[in-house]
Amino acid sequence: MNVHEYQAKEIFSKYNVPVPRGLLATTVEEAVENAKKLGGNIWVVKAQIHAGGRGLGGGVKVAKSIEEVQKYASEILGMTLVTHQTGPEGKLVQKVYIEEGVDIADELYLGVVLDRAKEMPVIMASTEGGMEIEKVAEESPEKIIKVAVDPTIGFQGFHGRELAFGLGLPKEQVGKFIKFASALYRVYMENDAELIEINPLVKTGSGDFIALDGKMGFDDSALGRHPEIEAMRDLSEEDSDEREASEYGLSYVALDGEIGCMVNGAGLAMGTMDTINYMGGTPANFLDVGGKANAQTVAKGFEIILKNKNVKAIFVNIFGGIVRCDRIANGILEATKLVDVHVPVVVRLDGTNAKEAAEILQNAGIKNIITASDLGDGAKKAVLAAKGEL
Amino acid sequence: MSILVNKDTKVIVQGFTGKEGTFHAEQCLAYGTKIVGGVTPNKGGQTHLGKPVFNTVKDAVLQTGATVSMIFVPPAFVADAIMEAADAGIELAVIITEGAPVKDMMFAKMYAIKNGMKTIGPNCPGIITAQECKIGIMPGMVFKKGNVGLISKSGTLTYEGANQVCNEGFGITTAVGIGGDPIIGLSYKQLLPMFEEDPETEAIVMIGEIGGDLEIQAAEFIKKNITKPVVAFIAGQTAPKGKRMGHAGAIVSGSAGTAKEKMEALEKAGVHVVVSPAEIGKKVAEVLKK
Repeated sequence: MNVHEYQAKEIFSKYNVPVPRGLLATTVEEAVENAKKLGGNIWVVKAQIHAGGRGLGGGVKVAKSIEEVQKYASEILGMTLVTHQTGPEGKLVQKVYIEEGVDIADELYLGVVLDRAKEMPVIMASTEGGMEIEKVAEESPEKIIKVAVDPTIGFQGFHGRELAFGLGLPKEQVGKFIKFASALYRVYMENDAELIEINPLVKTGSGDFIALDGKMGFDDSALGRHPEIEAMRDLSEEDSDEREASEYGLSYVALDGEIGCMVNGAGLAMGTMDTINYMGGTPANFLDVGGKANAQTVAKGFEIILKNKNVKAIFVNIFGGIVRCDRIANGILEATKLVDVHVPVVVRLDGTNAKEAAEILQNAGIKNIITASDLGDGAKKAVLAAKGEL
Repeated sequence: MSILVNKDTKVIVQGFTGKEGTFHAEQCLAYGTKIVGGVTPNKGGQTHLGKPVFNTVKDAVLQTGATVSMIFVPPAFVADAIMEAADAGIELAVIITEGAPVKDMMFAKMYAIKNGMKTIGPNCPGIITAQECKIGIMPGMVFKKGNVGLISKSGTLTYEGANQVCNEGFGITTAVGIGGDPIIGLSYKQLLPMFEEDPETEAIVMIGEIGGDLEIQAAEFIKKNITKPVVAFIAGQTAPKGKRMGHAGAIVSGSAGTAKEKMEALEKAGVHVVVSPAEIGKKVAEVLKK
């Protein structure tokens, strides 16, 4: 789960990670009011969406007067912001964050993620603040300092020194930076974060560090013990089909091909997409029905797959282990009653109770259903069916 | 022969009396697995599925001599259960539970290693030595005895791969589902040398997926240390970047962890890489008939 910048900064503040003062607004009037409340003579109006690259897309503006705050807030609120992370369809901006201006002397990068190879958190720092870190990693990896922290000892002084000296900070700033990084490590561990990024981390004219931006993602498996973070969930930022699917225990990701897929198990679901591709077709989605599939969830799966108008055929590929094939077969029959399945459905059922399942499907005698003997045969038939050649 | 577990392995079940624990323990017993008891706090002294229930893993180990634990406890308690097993001297913990917090696994795995306990999973189907010992949730009838070892991040692809190998007239020595979480126990690099040493195993199937770099580590290891033929499939060639594909660890972040990168590394290491999982059985047959 991801949160907005203003929410990440709320969390940072609790741990004494310095952030600029700011207030959230959902209307232009509120934005103006917030700017007045904050005082000063320079403000930043920032679109709040779950995507990076907001500045380049025109979602972040510096205002030098209250009139400009009003102007930018009215431009940004309600706009569809397109960045390299939103996809071409962009995202509707429903909230802006009004922040006090900050005296910027230098821009750095600071992040914390899980190092999967070392199996511990790694703090990453770079002098190349404001740039996309993936780009820095590709073009000049030597400019990223990585320090893994063994969680059984936690963040120690030496971790901080390695980062601070690696960044080439002058000695009067080393202590301040270590304090900042140490606090950020606590934010990561105590909230079960999956990722934290501060880009840029600003060094002010007076040599202080402040998080100008803030991005946080959380481990979904740990949300149960962080109700305050779960309450920050913004459903309007999530794909509605993916969310609907997850409510039924299905894992769904939309793709741009023509063959809808319904599979049990994430690995086999990906393998099915790959096989369709290998046979010359294109998958329309990833869909894992999980280990507890029943008639209702299968029907829901069909409904979600068929919402996508590009779908020309569906491939149901089940290898029954915990999931029993006869239940899936019944689910398919049920689904054809509940949902108008207007495209051909290729069904391959193998494993537990596959024989019973085959009988159920045969006895039902539904047109549109084509049975397949194995994975390769099923993918081939689905590709042909999508082309109208079967 | 086999790796890690066989017909004599004594197994306990943590989360024995729960719904999942009960169902799968029953299936394992029916397969022939030597389940000697289980652990459910506050139910010590009872009998379940004809086996004794203990309050603690220590009691269970003391009374039964079990060396392996199959763990079914809910995700919030899984780290505690793993560490309890390690503390009690269990040699191998097979963690079936899905949805364990990553931070918990960080600590649990470190503690397991410190105590010399191996772990498999979490979020995995378990381990099976064909027609001897099933510790997990896989459909036992798929696995016929033979000469192929199998290591897979995905549950259903484990069944798919094993089924194809058996349909080609071969069979399985041991199959290990290692799970698709960001932090897992035994992986390719630790399991490959076990299969290399196992005299019965003549070929190895490894099934990977997008995310992380375990398959890349495996490729480097194979190049230097593995003489038996390896057939590999990497799932997720058609997966979009930045999207989590079902498994918590199956995500291409930035440009790292793609299927293409892993397939190329494995090919360079002399592994027989197939583009579709539908080709696993045929490729194994081809390699073994050479």
